[in-house]
Amino acid sequence: MFHAKIKVTLRKSILDPQGKATENSLHSLKYNSVKNVRIGKYIELDIDESNEEKARSLVEEISNKLLSNPIMEDYTYELEKK
Amino acid sequence: MSNPKFGVVIFPGSNCDHDSYYVVKKILNHEVKFIWHQETSLDNTDVIILPGGFSYGDYLRSGAIARFSPVMNAVTDFAKKGGIVIGICNGFQILLEAGLLPGAMMKNNSLKFICKFVNLKVANNDTPFTNKLEKDEIINIPIAHGDGNYFASEDTIKELQDNNQIVFQYCDKNGNISDEANPNGSLLNIAGIINKQKNVLGMMPHPERASDKVLGYTDGYKIFDSIINYFKL
Repeated sequence: MFHAKIKVTLRKSILDPQGKATENSLHSLKYNSVKNVRIGKYIELDIDESNEEKARSLVEEISNKLLSNPIMEDYTYELEKK
Repeated sequence: MSNPKFGVVIFPGSNCDHDSYYVVKKILNHEVKFIWHQETSLDNTDVIILPGGFSYGDYLRSGAIARFSPVMNAVTDFAKKGGIVIGICNGFQILLEAGLLPGAMMKNNSLKFICKFVNLKVANNDTPFTNKLEKDEIINIPIAHGDGNYFASEDTIKELQDNNQIVFQYCDKNGNISDEANPNGSLLNIAGIINKQKNVLGMMPHPERASDKVLGYTDGYKIFDSIINYFKL
């Protein structure tokens, strides 16, 4: 069994309105050194496979197919044995 | 061919399904049936409407889960064979997620859910959905969405322009396509696009909410009337 932690974020080249609004709010709270706020999604899941390569390619497949939209989002992930 | 039969797909969370059904049945006087998202056949319909709403609660991304509904396999086959498909609002988002139209929808740049009438410029009237409209005609139809900020890569945008696939653009009352008239941040003020084969249309505004004279606005009717006209041509 493997445990995957997947992070999905808007592509760097795309303006993130949620991140921008949050950054403005932080600035209004006087946290002026905070920059480049980006908001994304965090997904955890288990994979019932014993082979790490298989688990890895499965995470990538589902991330491209459903968990992220490659047109506007990027993803990164960590995989650990459970 | 004449008198097309309409099908309105219902996903869990659709909420404009009855409005669309009502317009086809009572205003257009055409045959229409509901198609549940678990269906695997479209049962001899000629026009498929993917209605607005919040399919699957908009979880993950608008339309992301609905596009894997069993019915979407049948809709995809139908579209690939040239069948007429119109996706309205959430229906448009589903068509994008399904890859039947290019691009993606992001949150409105204002971060607000926007529900208001907007002016749209008809950028292409040579489609099954706009043949009863004039090119550059300005029509008044409401929008109601939180994720209507159309995005696509530069290459895709160029392709849309080169193939005349941009059908509706947000404009002011004089027809100027300006930033002020852009309610959500969409690239090129895009409100609706069509596929290359010109049989699949996606639009964020709601023509079904502007089709009944009783409501005072009928510009949306012209889009449904165009579809019916297309089957007479």
